[in-house]
Amino acid sequence: ILSATVDAAADTQGTSAPETVVPSSVPQPKDDFQEELVIRPLHSGDIYASFQFRTLWDTDFMRENKVSHYRLFPKSLGQVISKFSVRELHISFTQGYWRTMQWGQPFIPSPPGAELWVWFQDSVTDVDATWKELTNVLSGIFCASLNFIDSTNTVQPSASFKPLGIGNVTDHSFLRYATLPREIVCTENLTPWKKLLPCGSKAGLAVLLKSEKLFHSSFHSQAVHIRSVCQDWQCKTTSWELRQTVNSVFDLHNSGQAKREWSLFKMFSRTLTEACPLASSSKLYIDITDNPQQFELSPATSLLSQAVVLGDRRTFSVYDLTQETTFGSVRSLNLLIRWKSNEGEMLRPLLHAERYVAGYGLQTGEIHTLMYNNHPYRSFPVLLLDSVPWYLRLYIHTLSVTSKGKDNKPSYIHYEPSKDRVKPHLLEMLIQLPPNSVTEVTVQFERALLKWTEYPPDPNHGFYVGSSVISSLVPSTVAMDTNSTRERPLFSSFFPCKEESSYFVRIYTEPLLVNLPTPDFSMPYNVICLTCTVVAVGYGSLYNLLTRSFQIEEPNPGLAKRIANVIRKMRGVPPL
Amino acid sequence: CALHVICCNAGQFFSSGHTNNWAVLVCTSRFWFNYRHVANTLSVYRSVKRLGIPDSHIVLMLADDMACNHRNPKPATVFSHKNMELNVYGDDVEVDYRGYEVTVENFLRVLTGRLPPSTPRSKRLLSDDRSNILIYLTGHGGNGFLKFQDSEEISNVELADAFEQMWQKRRYNELLFIIDTCQGASMYERFYSPNIMALASSQVGEDSLSHQPDLAIGVHLMDRYTFYMLEFLEDIHPASKTNMNDLFKVCPKSQCVSTPGHRTDLFLRDPGSVLITDFFGSVRKVELTMDAINLTDPIKQMEENPVNGEEQKEVYSYADQLPVSEIIHQKPKQKDWHPPDGFILGLWTLILLVFFKTYGIKHLKHIF
Repeated sequence: ILSATVDAAADTQGTSAPETVVPSSVPQPKDDFQEELVIRPLHSGDIYASFQFRTLWDTDFMRENKVSHYRLFPKSLGQVISKFSVRELHISFTQGYWRTMQWGQPFIPSPPGAELWVWFQDSVTDVDATWKELTNVLSGIFCASLNFIDSTNTVQPSASFKPLGIGNVTDHSFLRYATLPREIVCTENLTPWKKLLPCGSKAGLAVLLKSEKLFHSSFHSQAVHIRSVCQDWQCKTTSWELRQTVNSVFDLHNSGQAKREWSLFKMFSRTLTEACPLASSSKLYIDITDNPQQFELSPATSLLSQAVVLGDRRTFSVYDLTQETTFGSVRSLNLLIRWKSNEGEMLRPLLHAERYVAGYGLQTGEIHTLMYNNHPYRSFPVLLLDSVPWYLRLYIHTLSVTSKGKDNKPSYIHYEPSKDRVKPHLLEMLIQLPPNSVTEVTVQFERALLKWTEYPPDPNHGFYVGSSVISSLVPSTVAMDTNSTRERPLFSSFFPCKEESSYFVRIYTEPLLVNLPTPDFSMPYNVICLTCTVVAVGYGSLYNLLTRSFQIEEPNPGLAKRIANVIRKMRGVPPL
Repeated sequence: CALHVICCNAGQFFSSGHTNNWAVLVCTSRFWFNYRHVANTLSVYRSVKRLGIPDSHIVLMLADDMACNHRNPKPATVFSHKNMELNVYGDDVEVDYRGYEVTVENFLRVLTGRLPPSTPRSKRLLSDDRSNILIYLTGHGGNGFLKFQDSEEISNVELADAFEQMWQKRRYNELLFIIDTCQGASMYERFYSPNIMALASSQVGEDSLSHQPDLAIGVHLMDRYTFYMLEFLEDIHPASKTNMNDLFKVCPKSQCVSTPGHRTDLFLRDPGSVLITDFFGSVRKVELTMDAINLTDPIKQMEENPVNGEEQKEVYSYADQLPVSEIIHQKPKQKDWHPPDGFILGLWTLILLVFFKTYGIKHLKHIF
């Protein structure tokens, strides 16, 4: 009945008003969606899967009349960008810690917990208020407790975190950085993340993102990166780029298999059946650089591709999901990687870092950060960013940087002291790491006693200190590709490359877990009980002694005597 | 013709008085051994979603994360039946308040609507006076209070006052309050606002017991009352006509060991006429119209300035990620302005000059 009504309406519409036909001559801003999955077998037997979904849109969010028609770009993020005048936004949720020495370098690094850093446009007048509103809105979009980000864990780095997108002006007063090391990532964060994709989780590579397998891994990180990029080689106009990434490392022994064999079904409990129809390119890359005779792929593919990524030239087998032939006669792609031999050395990562707390007791301690430069003859600079919460009072006069036993003076130090309950410590240092050495940065601290209402419900778990961020230009073994115009796979075009001899890398250390002196929360109850008991017993006894008068009481007579007393009362005679 | 028939039946759609459904589901316990409280809340969440209430109308508060807890042998799952038969966590769960955010203050703010202006929509209870709200609480409780995360409590008086605030602000049409804790009946004793129906898993002085442990996971999976309530709700579908009297009979003493209680004196309608789907489901009302509606003209696209025509301003480029020389020569930030050293001297000289001008030079000897 309803459809009949609508048809009737359409008929009347068509005959009476011919000028309401939709004009089709003006083109809509172009948008483009690409998806790719890179699978890299690691030397420890684990396997690393990196998903990247990129949406490009040639539009201008900062224009006067608001953007109203969204196609591939998610509307919730578009509204966030225009309302809060965001220039760049990077948010990541991570479970687990990336082990650089066993796994190499990740394509997209991220620290444990949640991390958010945002560059605002020049037009924003009150950056702190906008930051606070932005964190609240993002906490609703991603179902995370990002509203705990406030001035006590936000810093404004002075040299790190330069914009990853287009930018000529870099005034660091428009940058804000915060981490929540305690933040958990679970299915409730993956669900809204998947809803931002154009095809959702229904078609394309996103069908593989099943939470039961993704969270049963050694490392899982999902991130959203929004920035402006060049539209073409002339770079006179920009377009907005949204990258959604998932990085996971699946453990060989955790998944309960004896021999070293991986397949898409074993990793994700799903296989690929089609590419996302809205994607212009949908590819699956397998890293076969490390000794191609070691493992065999089935179904085999003849497409090979080479890319320079992370300072090394890697060879990849490519499966193009937009071609029907990739799926074969069974109409599904279940890639199988079977190992035949186990030799081969991993390329030793040139830079990695560790951090730990030394000392004993609940009063003082020492934070040690170690940075390893494994290059045999080249030295390179690193920028270390440390954001320590206010309740660990750092003594900066004890800060020492030593390499190979000798003092190593940083060429740039920026320190912002903390203010109790207002802002954290910020320490940034530019250190030159000598070749083949370990650089140790130590600083002593004292633990503060919090007010008893400031403790979380489980204070004996401890308090987290966010990861240190180490940004560096590491020398590369092959010449990097500085030409940003050629069509490159997504995993090699995340960090912009300015010079050929080195590549930019960002490393996160472990977060620290420190115990603060914790009061015994049952003490108020104990004190009240004890005081009341003492008062009752002491004062009560004294009061009784002073005011009570004693009378002699006849003991209770036996049954016979009581009956006799009753009879005597009836007779009118005094009782016994 | 057929149009007339539908028109006459439109009246029966508007008999129950509410137009939208909301649910506030709260788990107040932290720590791994309270797995069953999270499973309780998630099973009610699952039933409510299955019967039609969308995520935008559900405020789900879980005080701790059990699914991705490191002690969970099967991550991203929360089971309600032993032998891992039913995963109530599911694949598309959206938790609005989690972890440390589940506090008495946030719970009362959600109920009364007094939230800071920057709170996102998914964390708000945007109900109106035609909303039927289901409120489910579970955790550890006692006579007259419910414990939140082992650090604070909400008392039955506070809860009753919050509901009265909701009534005065016209934030609900009818309210169904279910609580699964020890001595749960004490929590609804103090209600005094109209149109509230309450159910509890145990009377004052009784403990609510948990159901079965699972040996692989190592903790108790559900509480008895919610377990049998989940079994009851699994038989409900969006068009079923089961009413509240059947819900009162769920989990008798033989199964639950405690005596479930209920309170209907504040409720205007007879419980026998209240459908389960009035609170657990979300029956959409459809308004039929016979009028034709004129669609507005499509928005004319503004003429886009062709990019190639005008002379572009400047070429953009990517920023240098680690400009070492620039960083080293970065100017230090402006320190706070201090007056110049000579200022104080000049100030005192001025004061002395003025002094001597007014009082004469003969006082000079008193200074030196």
